[in-house]
Parts: sequence; C-alpha cells; structure tokens
Amino acid sequence: MAAPRPDPDALLQQLRDQASRESRGRLRIYFGASAGVGKTWAMLDAGRQRRGDGVDVVVGVVETHGRVETAAQLRDLSVLPPAQREARGRSRPEFDLDGALARHPALILVDEFAHSNVAGSRHPKRWQDVEELLDHGIDVYTTLNVQHLESLNDVVGGITGIRVHETVPDTVFDAADEVVLVDTPADELIGRLRAGKVYLPAQAERAAQNFFRKGNLMALRELALRRTADRIEDDVQVYRVDQAIAPVWKTEAALLCCVGPRDGTDHVVRSAARLAQQLAVAWHAVYVETPALQRLDAGRRERILQTVKLAETLGATTAVLAAQDVATALVGHARHHNLSKLLMGRHPAPRWWQGKGIATRLTRLAPEFDLIAVGAGLRAGANPPPAATHAAAVSAESPGATGRAPGFLWAGFACAVTTAVATPLSRFFDIPNIVMLYLLAVVGIAVRFGRGPAVLAAFANVAAFDYFFVEPRLSFAVADLQYLLTFGVMLVVGLVTGQLTAGLRFQARIATRRESRSRALFEVARDLSSVLATEQCVEVAEQAISREFRAKAHVFLLDLDDQLQAPHGAEAEPTLDLGTARWALDRNEAAGLGTGTLPGSAWLYLPLKAPMRTRGVLALQPAAPDLLLVPEQRHQLETFAVLSAIALERLHYVDVARDATVQMESERLRNSLLSTLSHDLRTPLAALYGLSDLLVDRLGSATTEDRNDAALELARAICTSARRMNAMVDNLLEMAKLQSGRVRLDRQWQPLEEVVGSALQDLGAALAGHAVDIRLAPSLPLVEFDAALIERVLANLIENAAKYTPPGSRITVAAKVEGTDLQVAVEDDGPGLPAGREEALFQKFTRGDPESSISGVGLGLAICRAIVEAHGGRIWVEPVGGEGARRGARFCFTLPLGTPPPMPDPEDLEGAALPEPSAALAVGSGSVTP
Amino acid sequence: MNPASAATASVLVVEDDPQIRRFVRSALEAQHWLVFEAATVAQGLVEAGTRHPDLVILDLGLPDGDGIGFLRDLRAWSNMAVIVLSARTHEVDKIAALDAGADDYLTKPFGVGELLARVRATLRRGQRPGGDGEPVFAFGDVVVDFTTRRVRRAGVEVHLTPIEYRLLGVLIANAGRVLTHRMLLHEVWGAAYAERTHYLRVYMGQLRQKLEADAARPVGLVTEAGIGYRLVADPPRAHPGSG
Repeated sequence: MAAPRPDPDALLQQLRDQASRESRGRLRIYFGASAGVGKTWAMLDAGRQRRGDGVDVVVGVVETHGRVETAAQLRDLSVLPPAQREARGRSRPEFDLDGALARHPALILVDEFAHSNVAGSRHPKRWQDVEELLDHGIDVYTTLNVQHLESLNDVVGGITGIRVHETVPDTVFDAADEVVLVDTPADELIGRLRAGKVYLPAQAERAAQNFFRKGNLMALRELALRRTADRIEDDVQVYRVDQAIAPVWKTEAALLCCVGPRDGTDHVVRSAARLAQQLAVAWHAVYVETPALQRLDAGRRERILQTVKLAETLGATTAVLAAQDVATALVGHARHHNLSKLLMGRHPAPRWWQGKGIATRLTRLAPEFDLIAVGAGLRAGANPPPAATHAAAVSAESPGATGRAPGFLWAGFACAVTTAVATPLSRFFDIPNIVMLYLLAVVGIAVRFGRGPAVLAAFANVAAFDYFFVEPRLSFAVADLQYLLTFGVMLVVGLVTGQLTAGLRFQARIATRRESRSRALFEVARDLSSVLATEQCVEVAEQAISREFRAKAHVFLLDLDDQLQAPHGAEAEPTLDLGTARWALDRNEAAGLGTGTLPGSAWLYLPLKAPMRTRGVLALQPAAPDLLLVPEQRHQLETFAVLSAIALERLHYVDVARDATVQMESERLRNSLLSTLSHDLRTPLAALYGLSDLLVDRLGSATTEDRNDAALELARAICTSARRMNAMVDNLLEMAKLQSGRVRLDRQWQPLEEVVGSALQDLGAALAGHAVDIRLAPSLPLVEFDAALIERVLANLIENAAKYTPPGSRITVAAKVEGTDLQVAVEDDGPGLPAGREEALFQKFTRGDPESSISGVGLGLAICRAIVEAHGGRIWVEPVGGEGARRGARFCFTLPLGTPPPMPDPEDLEGAALPEPSAALAVGSGSVTP
Repeated sequence: MNPASAATASVLVVEDDPQIRRFVRSALEAQHWLVFEAATVAQGLVEAGTRHPDLVILDLGLPDGDGIGFLRDLRAWSNMAVIVLSARTHEVDKIAALDAGADDYLTKPFGVGELLARVRATLRRGQRPGGDGEPVFAFGDVVVDFTTRRVRRAGVEVHLTPIEYRLLGVLIANAGRVLTHRMLLHEVWGAAYAERTHYLRVYMGQLRQKLEADAARPVGLVTEAGIGYRLVADPPRAHPGSG
C-alpha cells in the first residue's frame, strides 16, 4: 500500500545541490591511509588521461618529495609557477591562487589538500583556496591522508602518538564530488619505504621508526577504508533518494552535542561528528553559558569557543546559549530543533555538595531523550596554553578581576580595623555583639570585593575574634568549649553571607553590563533613525563603533554604479584594503581579522547586510583584537552592522521616493501646461477659422452685383491659414505629448483596413488631384494598435505624398505580413527624395528641402516615428525600385503581429457558411459570398 | 414645444468662448433658426429647461464643469438632440460624451458647412423617430427590406448572417449618428461583450465586404477612428442646402 515515497525536503535539497553544482567546479579527492601510498602519482596519471581527452589541465602545485616515478609523471604536464610569499624574512614558494584563477583551466591538480598556507596568503588553508577555485567553476583533483581529516585527527593521534595540526573539515571532505581511495598493503608500503621510494633515504629511517610501523599502517589503512566506505554509503543513499528506491533516513533522530566547560571536550565533539556521520543525521553543538561560566578566565573561555568553532567545521549547527540553568536550556534547544539524542562527556559522579549531575537532571526533565555519555578522550597536549595577550580581553570583560589582589589586602585591613574598634567597645558590650561587628565586616568585604576576599575575611575574623576576645585572650586556645559553636556559626554565617552577597554583586554587574550594551544599541538605533543624509549615517556608525569597540572604523559605500568606494579618510590608513572589502561584499561574508579569509589582516571587514541587499562594507581595526572573540561582543558588532545597513537602506529609499516625487511633480506640471496650451491656443484658432469660413460663406452667397471677389479671396486665405496654423499647433502638442514618454496607447485588435479608410476620409480635400491606390494583401490578420495614432501616421504619410508630388501623381497604400510584423508602405511616383537624407527626415524640425515653398515645420515624420516606435515597430524610407532609380519614395513602417485574441464563437460564423432558410436573412440564387 | 419645422427650429449653444459662440450663432441664424446662448453649465441647464430647444450644441470644456456632467443632468429629463464640440486629440472625451448620450460630435476647428450638415442631420433624425420609419431603408446602392429581411446591393441579393443583420439593423436605426464601440457591442452582443471590440471590427469588416464597393474606402459604413462607426445614408456633400 504505502509505496516508498521520496521525502520532498530531501529531494528539494538535492535539486538545490544539483543547481549549485552545475555552476561549480567538481572536486575529486585521492584519499589514502598514509604518505607514500601513491596518491600524487594516481592524481597525475588521471590528469594526464584527461589531458589526452583534450581537457585543459594545469598542475597547480605538486610535491614530488624527490620520487622518481612522480617526477616522471610531471614531465609533460604544464605547471603553474608558484607565487613567492615573504614569510619571516625569506621568500617561500606557495600555490598561486590568483594565477590559477587568471589562467582558468578546466581542471587543476592541487597536491596536499590539508596544507597550511604561508602567512600572508589570502586563506590560511589550502582547502579554502580549492573552495574558491571550485566557486569559479574550475574542476580540482587533490590528495589527502586520513590523519588530516578533522574528525579522525584525535583517533589517528591515539594510534600513532603523533598529532598533526594540518586538518581538513569533514564537511569539505563529504562535499567532494568524488573520493578515490588509493590503497597499498602495509608490507608493500614498508618495502617501498626501505627501497627509498617514499622519502629520501636520510629521512626514511627516522620516519619508519616513528610512524611507519606495521601496526600503525594497518590501523590507518582500516580507518581510511572505513571512512571511504561511510562516504560510499552516503553516495548510495543519495542515489537511492534520487531513484526513489526507498524512503530517506529519518530526520527526528538528530543529535545534540553538549559542549561543556571542561578540557577534552574536543574529543566529545569529534565523537559526535563521527556518530552523526555513521547515523547519517544532522547534528547540533551547543554550549550553555551560565553566569558562573561567564566568570571563567578568558583563556579557558576562548578554548571553549574554539571547541564550538571546531564543531562548526565538523558540520554541526552551533549555538552559544546564555542561561541560568544548563539542563533546562539544553532540553529547550533539543525540543525546539527536534533533536532526540543528547551526547555529552562522561564526568566523575558529582560530589554531594555539587547537587545533582546534569545527566540526572536531564533524565528528569526530558525522559524521552536518549543520553549518550562519551568517555574521556586522549589528554594529549592538544589544547594550546592560554596566551599572555588575553590580559587585555580579561580586563575589558571582567573589570572585577583587577581588583582582586587589593581585595585580599582590604580583607585583612578590615579585620584589623574591626578588631581595633571592637577592643575598646568590648568593655561595654557583650561578646555576641562583637561577633556581629565581625560579621558586618565580612558582608562589607563581600559587597565591595567579591567572593575570595569575603572567604579570607570570614576566616581572618574568626581567628581575630578567638585571639583577641575569647578567654584566654591573646591566644588561640579556647577555655570555654561553647565558643567552638560560636566560631562554627560565625564562620558559616560569614561564608554564606559572603557567597550570597558576592553572587548578588556578580548578577548586578552582569545586568549592568547587559544594560549598557542595550543602551549603546538603543542610542545607535536612535541616532541612525534620525539621520537624513548618507554621510551623516556613515559618521554616526563609525563613531558609535569606534566608541563601543575601541576600534578605528570606516564604512565602504556603493556608488551609483554599484562599485565599492574607498571611505573618506582612507588615505590615512595604508593597511585598509579595498580588494578585501570587495571580496567581503561579493561573497557577502566577513573577511580579514579573525575570519577564515586573510586572518592576518589588521582590519575586520563586515558586509552591511540590509533586507533588500548588501549596502556596503564596514571595516574596523580594534585596539584589542581578542575583544572580538567574545560572543557577546561579536554579536553586538553584528547588530551594529545590521543597524547601519538598515539605516543606509532607509536613506537609499528616501532618495528613491524623493526622486519619484520630483518626477511626478514635473510630470503633473507638464501635463497641466500642455492641456492649458492646448485649450488656449486652439480656442482662438477655432474661432478664427469658423469666423473666416462664415465670411467666405457670406461673401460667396452674395448676389452677383455686390460680389467682391477680392474680399472673398482674402477671406479664403485667412481660412486656409487658420486651418494650417491649427494643424501645426496639433503637431507641436502631439510631439510634446509623445516626447514626455507617457503616452498611454489605447491598443485594440483591429484590421488595418479600417484606419486606412478613416485616414483617407479625414484627408478628403487634401488629396484632390491625386489618385490613391489601396493594395492590402488578402486576409490580413488583426493587429493590436491605437487606432487614432496609427490613423495619424497614415494620414501624415499620405498627406506628405500628396504635398510633395505634382497633381496627377499616384499614391499607393500597401500592406503585407513580413515575418513577425505587419509591414505598411505608402509610396508615390513623384520626384523622390534627396539621397542621403533619409534618416534625417525623421528628425524633429527637419524638412527634405529647407527652402521649400510648401508649408510645414517638419514635425510630421518625427511624430510618425515616435508613434510607430511606441508600438514596438520601426519606420524608414526607401526609393521606389531600389537604389539609383530616383523615382518616387516609399515610406514603410511595421507593427508587431503578436498573438491575436480568440475570435468570435464558431457558432456565430457557422451561419455564414451554412445558412438555414428560417434563420438566414436572404436566400437567393444571387447570394454573394466574400 | 416648437413646431416640427426646420425653419423655426431652436438651438441652444453652450460655449464659453464668445467668438465661437458668435460664429455658431451667425451661421445658424443665417438659416433662420432660433439661437439661444449660454456660457456655463449652470446657465446652460437653466436655458435648456426654460427654452426647450430642439438641439443643444455643447462645448466639452466649460469653466464651471465639464460637458459630461451637463449631459447626464440633461438626459435625466430630456431626449433633446445634443452635438458636442471637442478638440481633435481628445478622443476619450468624445467617447465619454457619446456614451453619456450625445448624438454627434464636431471636431474643432470646424467650418460652416460641417456645422450645418451635422445640425441638419441631427435635427432630421429627431423628427423621424426610429420606430415608425419606413419598412424599406436605402443607403448608397444598398436596400434593406425589414418586412422580408432581405438585403440587396445594386439589385443583387446579399446573404447576411444573423449577427451581421442585427449589426446592420442597429446602425440603420441610428443612421447618421456616431455609435461608439461600446454601444454597438452592447446592442448586438450584450453587456458582457462590451470590451471585445475586435468582434465588432471583424463583423464590420465582413459587412463592408458584402455591402461596400471598396471595403477600404467605405461610403456608407464609415469608421470614426478610435471612436466607433456611423451609417451615412446620404453623403453630406451630395445634397447641400437641402432642408
């Protein structure tokens, strides 16, 4: 019944992948268990074969390690010269990414995928270079050893005892289009090593002792084979989804990896990555930061954030949650993202004072989740010691830390002062009141200096109390044993109040800091929302960022052609690089300091992403670069960038709206001017024409004896001039209207024949003395046009033909279908046109013969052209009978045919074809059919 | 009501320009017609209500409102003939005026001959209401006999489809008058077809093929470009001065 149906989401994802893959280059990885198995050789061999097929193959970089066979493979392939990079005072060769992009071969061979680039290169890692090559549509072949794979890094380290630091994220490996396993049995590899085919003989001995032990090699081989098998399984899955053989893997089993504050969490993250990969599920990695954890010193904090980053490179969706309670936050996140397996490091059972362990709490909160505990990993020196430079970040984020040493001194001082004050008072007060004074001092120290000094104060005060006030005085001995209870209670009360007060103080400090961040955001948002000019906006943003992050800030903006512009004052900053900024804009991702691209740069470049598009790039150079590693600060910075981008976008649209208003205003003005002109010019002309015509009528109808022929002639002349004047005004106004570009065409489907008829009818007397021939091809289709305007074109052309030819000339109006156009021609057999002036005729105020006695201002053809072009056609003139035969002119114009609308129902037309006696109007032998 | 004699017909001219008013008045008075004048819409409506003219000549651009409003108010209570005056490029105004009930239009500038011909044709139609016309109608060399539903051209019988016949019937009933595309579509096909002007154009073309000597240069079934059609029973120049 339930036929296996492909998961639509999975199919969609695949389509997206396919779409992005089509434009992207293809990546093939030659994957091996260890050095020396023959990956480079296999890659070069495949490259040569492809070249044999006629593909443009270039060797980007290849390490031969002095191997003869490999060098032989390289001989006849074209090799890209390496770029020389300055590093630590000497020049070192490095893969030339820009050279490869410029050369743009179809396929490039790049050895050693995991290689770390020399400092100063665009990307810190070679695999990032390869990504960029792929983005540009270049296919890449590369090589990789199993120990360089991030998720297997620690496992390999455990097997061989050697930890490599050059790693490739699993996501990149899994995204490769093809993985080719290059396999050599361990014995053969050792044999080749001994024969000196792998390393140069001097190195071989040392390498063999450390790394190339048979046990190691077998284990590595197993790992490589397994990893390849996993990948192939993925490929099978993809294939199956594609072919709809079986349903896709379930999505509800997704994995949540809980990143804890302890060392060795890297191991948990790697285990999670491996597990997720085996289960073929998505996975998340989450670090929950409680107030207690926020107090950690910067070095440990950074280490934790590095772990989160590692999870991200391993393919996890990562998040840093700020919450009071770890278990609640984890459960909330897992439920929200539909994650059913929680994976965490296994810890020693909590001591009784630590309360319940997280695992227990999780079980209670969410019994439906699977909990997976991962054993402690290899405690190799993988975690770098916290660097000394972090002091700046510490002082910035937790100012309380600096006050710690004086705090302890103050605790001692408080103890001394309390004792000094209490000594004279002890004569008047009972001992319990003295205890109160000491407790007060502890509270005071806790409020002012926090937990540590408060603990010291509690112990010191108990000691001082015992020494100075409890009999025997000036001795730690206690005569009355009940004082032991007093000491105990005093110590406990002191410690507890100290803890509580310090906790409150900490909370208050966090709240203050949070509030100051919110206030900074609020102020920037307020300032940005009130700016009215782009320069002002840039200034506000730059100032706010330099204030808030103690950084130099500059904003790159886009100019009218969407080109990124260097900011004002950039000349003073020689290290500010427009190229990097452009890269950040094009890729829409951050670049420079602390990112994966050009991390050596002094500046961080953030694209200003607004809802509609990226509006520019923000560059900043913080005084303390480590400040940007703190997630809150990073978040704050990103929010600043978004606010600036939105403000820039708002200003952009303010400009757009203003332009539109101005345009509308001028449009309105022009229209009202035109209609006023039209009315004010035409009305007196109409009166002039009518009155003069009336005069002609009067004078003409007078009786023969009073007839004044001279006056009649004059009246007729006035009449004609008025008419001509009216035509000119019509033309001028029409041209003005067409010129404004806002003529709305009233396009309707109609036969051309109709407008030819009405044009001729309109012209009437103007055609006197000319014979007009109409030659329309039979069954012309309907065409969509504005009847009044096309009639105007025809009338102008026919009138011109009549005006510029002697009486008795013949004018022909013809129309036919030419390709996708209807072509209409008006030709005459008059004197023809002056050669070479054909195109000029259609210009405004141009006439064939400027000194012609025939009236006109030369607007007629310009109007025709404007009308025809508004219809999507073209208009031209040619001599009749081809070049040389200067006899007559032919004006042609075209109208696009388009798709005619549906015709009347066939039932209606049937009547014509098949008349029924009762329905038909006339039945007769002489019936005429068209 | 005025006696139904053309000699004493009364005409109301609603026009704001005094010179044009003067010209129209002189031309019409020369034909011994009675002429009243109005310069505004309000004044025009008062004159129309008190004088009951046979014909109104109405300018579309008046200082206190447009002619369309005048027409709507007038048509609420009267069927008197109306000719509108408008400039050449304002086809939209003309169509709106015709749809609002105007009988005909004149394009400014116009001469005495055009004015008198239109006025005469319009007045004549007013005297001969569509209903009790003769059973036989002739235009050009075409004769339509409504009793037998036969159409002949130059003595030869012509076969028309039902729609063609209905279209011809509507044109004949309004002979001399401009009918807008919308009006014709409404009358022949029904209200739902008011926008399908290409139907009308296809049938008009067929009708011309059957009834006109040269379909591209029609004499009887005339196109008013961008506006509509008119059936010309007697070409205006053929009988000048006839009343």
